[in-house]
Amino acid sequence: MLDLAVQGAQMLLVLALAPLLLGFTRKVKARLLGRQGPPIVQPYRDLARLMGKDAVLAENASWLFRCAPYLIFAATWVAAALIPTFATGLYFSWSADLIAITALLGSARFLLALAGMDVGTSFGGLGSSREMMFASLAEPAMIMIVFTVALVAGSTQLSAIAGFMLLHASLRVSLGLALVALTIVAIAENARIPVDNPATHLELTMVHEAMVLEYSGHHLALIELAAALKLLLYISLIACIFVPWGLAQSESGPVAYAIGTVTYLGKLAVGGFLLVVFETSIAKMRVFRVPEFLGAALMLGLLGTLLLFVSRSF
Amino acid sequence: MEHFTFDVAHLLAGLMVLVSFMLLYQDRMFGLLNVFALHAVVLSLSVAWQAYIQSAPHLYITAGIALVLKAIIIPVALRRVVVRLGIHRTIDTVGGIGPTILLGMGLVALSMVVMLRATAGADPLAREDLAFALSVVLLGLLMMVTRRNAVSQVVGFMSLENGLILAAAGAKGMPLVVEISVAFSVLVAFIVIGVFLFRIRERFDAVDIEALEEFRGERQ
Repeated sequence: MLDLAVQGAQMLLVLALAPLLLGFTRKVKARLLGRQGPPIVQPYRDLARLMGKDAVLAENASWLFRCAPYLIFAATWVAAALIPTFATGLYFSWSADLIAITALLGSARFLLALAGMDVGTSFGGLGSSREMMFASLAEPAMIMIVFTVALVAGSTQLSAIAGFMLLHASLRVSLGLALVALTIVAIAENARIPVDNPATHLELTMVHEAMVLEYSGHHLALIELAAALKLLLYISLIACIFVPWGLAQSESGPVAYAIGTVTYLGKLAVGGFLLVVFETSIAKMRVFRVPEFLGAALMLGLLGTLLLFVSRSF
Repeated sequence: MEHFTFDVAHLLAGLMVLVSFMLLYQDRMFGLLNVFALHAVVLSLSVAWQAYIQSAPHLYITAGIALVLKAIIIPVALRRVVVRLGIHRTIDTVGGIGPTILLGMGLVALSMVVMLRATAGADPLAREDLAFALSVVLLGLLMMVTRRNAVSQVVGFMSLENGLILAAAGAKGMPLVVEISVAFSVLVAFIVIGVFLFRIRERFDAVDIEALEEFRGERQ
């Protein structure tokens, strides 16, 4: 019974923290650019306001357009809640499989691209086609990273991987390559700066914003929340695989959970800060250079897998 | 901690392969020379680590030669050549960068397969080192094949030679005399190639080797 409560707490925690992380990155970015920036809680206010508004639908929007936000949000929330954030070995840990999480994110992306094309505006189609172009490189790269990590740890289950990394922390070239590749994939998947600008509505460069252009009201709120959850998911994933220290083990007491939560908050803050520093120090690249950027991730993942074969086994 | 020495050796050798890929990925001349210097720095680190774990002091000399000669002198000299010849700053490749990288991954896989079969009974440290060294050599060859510009072919040749040194450092018992003579033969090769570059340029007003093919009648 307690297990179920902890799992529930984890689900609510990721949901509650996602807008905070977004607000934090925006605030830090504004400060780094010498601006005051909106308050950290601004995303909550935006979401609350959007929730209270009626959704305006285009005349030729089909049922898919109305269902998609709920499905996207549900898939992303489930994926984010499965990742061990403050504790491993939770109630649903057996299903927290890296391949399952990749598949959940892939189906959310599929629905978003369909919704982008549903109304039939040219921007939506443009955004969807670009998103699919990026996805065709980002997903194989993600799968290669999963292979690398799974070959090292002997499991694709996140709790097992985190436990393994805690025990056998070492300097492995394959894991380093996987970390860099996963960071590149995370940046591309979250539409952050070298790939896409999250703050722009300039039609020539937008990818994610182009797909959700037709959404309004509570539909838009759900999609924005799903995007925030996705950012949290990737930072938690990197933290869980590569910096698992502080994670509470299963069946440990409330003190361990408290320590786990505090370190998790610290990891999120550090991850968000590093992301923003990276974003402010680099310029956005042209859309047709993005495949090269993602191709590098694919190459690193492949190289990491290959190098494992000449490495020692545990 | 007993795996630490192996892990660091593995990390440095793996970095060599990665920097070889960065050489293939570069499409700017000066960027290429910088990455080549990085290649040599990683090589000297790797050789120095081998010297430490094998307690073979003469390998430190090899590392020093790699650092001074290849990380400083040759890149600076090549940079001067590029500036004096006024070569185009972008690099022409045969085929795109993407297919080249894919071919490179294939070569790495090939060298792993070959080396792991060929050295089944050897010490694991030497084994992984040889596999990485063969990949670096093959990637250097690939770079020489896929570049049109003579300077980037020279860089490919030098990176190939770095792979040879990596192999020599990993296999215990290579005499110092051989290593020094290899290092100097590379220097001589560099000078000869440099002279050739200027001669080619005098003759054809370009260091693009397509001009040579035309001259030999291979292309109408």
